[in-house]
Amino acid sequence: MSVDPVAATCPVPRAETERVLLGHGSGGQLMAELIDEVITDELGTQGPLEDAAVVGVADLDLVFSTDGYVVTPRFFPGGDIGSLAVHGTVNDLAMRGARPVALSLAYIVEEGLPIDELRRITRSVAKAAAEAGVQVVTGDTKVVGRGAADGIYVTTTGIGVRLEGAYPSAAAAVPGDVVLVSGPIAVHGMAILNARADLGFDSGITSDSRPLHRLVAAMIEAGGSAVHSLRDPTRGGLASALNELAAASGVGVDIVEKDLPVPARVAAACELLGLDPLHVAGEGCLVAFVAPESADGVLAAMRNLPEGVDACRIGAVTDAPIGRVLARTLIGSRRIVDMLVGEQLPRIC
Amino acid sequence: MRYLDEYRDAELARRLLAELHRTATRPWTIMEVCGGQTHTIVRQGIDELLPPGVRMIHGPGCPVCVTPLSAVDKAIAIAARPEVIFTSYGDMLRVPGTRDDLLALRARGADVRVVYTPLDAVRIAEQNPDRQVVFFAVGFETTAPANAMAVLHAADAGLANFSVLVSHVLVPPAITAILDAEDNQVQAFLAAGHVCAVMGWTQYEPIAARYRVPIVVTGFEPLDLVEGILMAVRQLEDGRAEVENQYVRAVRRTGNPAAQQAMTRVFRVTDRMWRGIGPIPASGLRLADEFSHFDADLRFATADIEVTENAACIAGDILRGVKLPTDCAAYGSSCTPRTPLGAPMVSSEGTCAAFHNAGRPSTVEVS
Repeated sequence: MSVDPVAATCPVPRAETERVLLGHGSGGQLMAELIDEVITDELGTQGPLEDAAVVGVADLDLVFSTDGYVVTPRFFPGGDIGSLAVHGTVNDLAMRGARPVALSLAYIVEEGLPIDELRRITRSVAKAAAEAGVQVVTGDTKVVGRGAADGIYVTTTGIGVRLEGAYPSAAAAVPGDVVLVSGPIAVHGMAILNARADLGFDSGITSDSRPLHRLVAAMIEAGGSAVHSLRDPTRGGLASALNELAAASGVGVDIVEKDLPVPARVAAACELLGLDPLHVAGEGCLVAFVAPESADGVLAAMRNLPEGVDACRIGAVTDAPIGRVLARTLIGSRRIVDMLVGEQLPRIC
Repeated sequence: MRYLDEYRDAELARRLLAELHRTATRPWTIMEVCGGQTHTIVRQGIDELLPPGVRMIHGPGCPVCVTPLSAVDKAIAIAARPEVIFTSYGDMLRVPGTRDDLLALRARGADVRVVYTPLDAVRIAEQNPDRQVVFFAVGFETTAPANAMAVLHAADAGLANFSVLVSHVLVPPAITAILDAEDNQVQAFLAAGHVCAVMGWTQYEPIAARYRVPIVVTGFEPLDLVEGILMAVRQLEDGRAEVENQYVRAVRRTGNPAAQQAMTRVFRVTDRMWRGIGPIPASGLRLADEFSHFDADLRFATADIEVTENAACIAGDILRGVKLPTDCAAYGSSCTPRTPLGAPMVSSEGTCAAFHNAGRPSTVEVS
């Protein structure tokens, strides 16, 4: 048996090099390392990690993406695991400038799940797909023994067709780009935390889960190829999305803290739990890096749609420091906005 | 948000900072005691906007950081037992023990749960009569009353399957220990607002008088801290050494008597080991004998655990304010929030983590 070099040289426990921790799934640094050191390493994948891949077939640019959904609780204010599974994959396609066309739907169901609940989730999938204008065209259902899964896990895979003139990519941002967000951040994550019964207060926050492909189509129509990069800040929040885009494009990002759209209820719940809204997931907003001459036009187009009515400018892309996100603080100093390390743990006091 | 937004006003902050620049004529060294204050100072970059020579050093008030390694190792030993549901505030889970942390233990199958209040741990005990439920009672005078209430509640309910692993610490003895140290540089303190909301500030009056040191009870928002620093500098410039209260919206001189009563019933003052600092006499709380049947330490007989601190970690010097995280060779290289060598890199209230999360040392010019 070979000796683990980390354990051999370091006196400190490095348990996360041996086993997967919950924190590996939180969309922060741990997850980035797991993907980089294990998954893309074994697959031999090259290039920046995108929300969806563009695959050329004949003379058509197909956009392709897949995502698994494991949310607890399965039903929450503003949605459920079914609608989330549709919106999440539709949005991943949209972030590459695609019009979503079709979805596959795969269930892993734990023995004992009420059939009525499976019906409600499926009805929600159908409704969300119809509203987004995509069809569920194929699927799979597996049942595992009690305890082998937590109720139900849903995986959706989507294909779409790239809109004409749309080339958004995580690697396409350039210094001078304006940073836009389409609406309030950190809403979904706080709705989910609040829906977990053990918090003991009701913040009245409803998830922002919704499809964003129409918003993206309007942005592309207004800005075309000036829309350089798009990302929907889900797990890991806006901090992760901005850091990933900065790293993939080899640029810096400057944001202004007071311009961040954080709804009052979300801000209050974050305060109470000691969480940074920049690290909390959304499911219905996007961040866009847009060439400065097109930024006003794109912003106006976003504000014309309900899902972009609160769109605003939060900063700019810079040439240095590369791969770093800086925030101008409320009192006028500056700090670096880093990715979440692992699991989001509430503070003691 | 009311009570928050007005303490984050950029224009008011600028005015207070300008007043601070006018007031400070000499170099002064001020310690903020509480980790929550460190977090605001570093996150908002307040220390970079202070007059030249006015220096903040960051105190030992991170409950996660000063919980002794032996307590963490005991927690891990107890949590590893199959009959135990181990409950804790979230940020204790990543604190490195001698060989492990609670998160890694959970990944290997231990039943470790995050709770937001100790009363949740009591509820878990009520719901799981066939399991032993243990709560990790750490923290300063801020968490002690709620933890005392949990023990009182369990006693009322006659719960035989609930216990607490107690490692509470007290602020005033830590301030005294810092002032007694030969290499002490601290000339004024910002006392922790939330601790004083519970305890009031009468305990600080003899310290201010005996050591001739200004102590300002201070809140946690950016404007609270700038105002607290201004009040401390004014005292230093005037040659005064008083206890003043900046955090008037939350703190009264006598504190919260009901909270103090619960603490006094359940806990007794004891000597306590502080991680990175060492033993401080009469600086902690233990369960009163009347409640010793709730003591997880006794119930699970974890008394003899050998502990080893990481040699590279200078947490002690950092917690006493003698060194900055950026003075540490391990900072940012072998020690990061991802792979912490010492507790101050774990909690967001820890000085090292606060520095690291704000990206310091930064090559970026502050404008």
